[in-house]
Amino acid sequence: MKMNGAQMVCEAIIAEGVKTVFGYPGGAIMNVYDEIYKQDGFEHILNRHEQASVHAADGYARATGEVGVAMVTSGPGFTNAVTGLATAYMDSIPMVVISGQVPLSLIGTDGFQEIDAVGISRPCTKHNYLVRDVSDLPRILKEAFHIARTGRPGPVLIDIPKDITAEFGDFVYPKDVNIPSYKPTYKGNNRQIDKAVEAILKAKKPLLYIGGGVVLSDASDLVRKLAEMGQIPAVETLMARGVMGAKNPLLQGMLGMHGNYSSNMAMSETDLVISLGARFDDRVTGKLSEFAKYADIIHIDIDPANIGKLVDVDYPIVGDVKIVIEKIINRLEGKIKPSRYSDWLEVLERYDNLYPQSYVDSDEVIKPQWVIERLGELIGEKAIITSDVGQHQMWAAQHYPFDRPRQWINSGGLGTMGFGFPAALGAKKAFPNKTVVNITGDGSILMNVQELVTASEYKIPVINVILNNHFLGMVRQWQTFFYEERYSETDLSFQPNFKALAEACHGIGYDVTTKAEFDEAIKDAIAKDKVAFVNVQVARFEDVLPMVPAAGALYNMMLPKKEAK
Amino acid sequence: MENVRRVISVLVENESSVLSRISGLFAGRGYNIETLTVAPVPHSNLSNITIVTKGSARVLEQITKQLHKLVPVYKVIEHNEMIEKEMVLIKFPIEQNLADIQVLCGAYNGGIVNVGNDIIIGMVADEPCRIAHFIEATKRYNPIEIIRGGVVAIER
Ligand SMILES: Cc1ncc(C[n+]2csc(CCOP(=O)(O)OP(=O)(O)O)c2C)c(N)n1
Ligand SMILES: [Mg+2]
Repeated sequence: MKMNGAQMVCEAIIAEGVKTVFGYPGGAIMNVYDEIYKQDGFEHILNRHEQASVHAADGYARATGEVGVAMVTSGPGFTNAVTGLATAYMDSIPMVVISGQVPLSLIGTDGFQEIDAVGISRPCTKHNYLVRDVSDLPRILKEAFHIARTGRPGPVLIDIPKDITAEFGDFVYPKDVNIPSYKPTYKGNNRQIDKAVEAILKAKKPLLYIGGGVVLSDASDLVRKLAEMGQIPAVETLMARGVMGAKNPLLQGMLGMHGNYSSNMAMSETDLVISLGARFDDRVTGKLSEFAKYADIIHIDIDPANIGKLVDVDYPIVGDVKIVIEKIINRLEGKIKPSRYSDWLEVLERYDNLYPQSYVDSDEVIKPQWVIERLGELIGEKAIITSDVGQHQMWAAQHYPFDRPRQWINSGGLGTMGFGFPAALGAKKAFPNKTVVNITGDGSILMNVQELVTASEYKIPVINVILNNHFLGMVRQWQTFFYEERYSETDLSFQPNFKALAEACHGIGYDVTTKAEFDEAIKDAIAKDKVAFVNVQVARFEDVLPMVPAAGALYNMMLPKKEAK
Repeated sequence: MENVRRVISVLVENESSVLSRISGLFAGRGYNIETLTVAPVPHSNLSNITIVTKGSARVLEQITKQLHKLVPVYKVIEHNEMIEKEMVLIKFPIEQNLADIQVLCGAYNGGIVNVGNDIIIGMVADEPCRIAHFIEATKRYNPIEIIRGGVVAIER
């Protein structure tokens, strides 16, 4: 069929089954917006900032596992989108971002709103395209979605000059993709898998080290099965919260800089690390030479470059973690005695009893950890939780009872403040019947606060719980510990009226200073079905503990004071 | 870990931004590039990029893997058994002894390729380490300009 490039873009989005696109128009992408106006195959949400559009598409992708789509114009529209691309790239999130570009004839002339989008985004996309001929566009669209979702997923940018969206060409959306230079490995080498299974059967203190790759490949059920059939203890990274389920007795908790005692000790004492879609991030490993010092390492990852990047691996297995675990389970069946590691589990239980994940509650002031726990009691497994970046994020990861994968959505790799609110919009668009709560800070929420308007206009009632400590709290904590309490530019005592701010944008606001008010605010916000700010005044100087100082050994944790709750 | 020299050939799809993808990868991840040469592969839509780099075993492994990850990259060859050549062009003042220069270039697989009113241009193609010796040996003839071409390599 003959159609213009702009129509091709819309047809591809429809063919890919994308129901919601997030974006912001401008000169170079107006042809596409004209076609969006004419079609009814998908909904378009006008965020109030391109960064929010990309984070919203990202949140949609994280909640569903499908490819998120965002659309921006050239120049400033694109540069505003870069943080969103980088955020998705670091966490391997499948996404296609379409940017307008100046007409081909103007490229290279410093034209109005011209910027080298492909050049800027190269290090923060899985792949990118500058379309030079309308006849390439159907193939490029197809490839972009394919590349975004296959192998190790990631964001793909398609930069389309304005004349190409106007130009007519033949359109048949390709059924298949053929990129001879792009063939991800899924199956895992059987000999390596055999060896890994031998190692598991020989180990005395094995440990499942679960990363975000397990969420991405929808392998959580299999990971739980593997853990249970062998009674193998497990630790989760920040990105993997929810995989094992909070109530699972085999789960030690989260490991790393703010991991709990038994998780970090488990990693320090294990004799066999079974790494499942994790990438040995420095916030997880601490000092590398002390990390899992007594262990052999099985590393299962779809990206060969992750294997051996930071630590030497004894059993490298390149493949989709889901397929590989299935093979491991089949080989272990009937061979592994579940009581085999009971001594090891006992050791870990003792560690957990010694220093459980805890905090000292208070009657005078609300403790941020209490807010998270209470939220867990109030909305628990039904809700989707997003977060921004800072102390509140760590408390959420530590204290919320995550029960399933894709319930916890946060920017782990890039640590992008301003991610949580727009990501919550994306998640809520995907699951309108689920309660979606963004756990945020008084610093972070202001970084995409304009989305109050988007949420109100499109009736996307997400709840922002602001753990308001009047500080850029995480930076303040480092200043307390490592900079002799010189609180350089972290005091946020000067505050907006958050309640009024929400209401000025047609949402609803709550000021919370007591526990009872918190319960009421949450119940009311759920009932009201409006975008909400629940502004909770929390203890200002609370620290996130345990803490492993950067580049310290995991077993050297700063621990919370030992007092009964 | 000890740094070792490595010659890598990368077979890529001939698209406009592929070189920037590769040089950007090296710059962004802090890998070293000693030389880099690119040319199309005859009768195909591929290009061959030869990179000489240095790094620890872990870094060299990462370089290969990261190159593989780039979508337009077909093949990455880490050369062990190879023929390796580099070309150099070198310009001397006309006052120098033409016959001496001719013999010197001849000893390194080359010769004189141009003689003008005020200059002599020599060209040699040889193993990179021999190129270094050659350049050293030309010093006494007061070379005006030396242009090295970068390494190309082929598996034996
Ligand atoms: C865009 C961005 N800028 C700066 C930082 C550095 N940073 C990390 S945490 C943090 C403080 C966040 O403050 P707030 O949102 O109030 O959260 P809190 O730590 O107080 O819970 C800052 C500035 C960041 N992660 N992202
Ligand atoms: Mg704060």
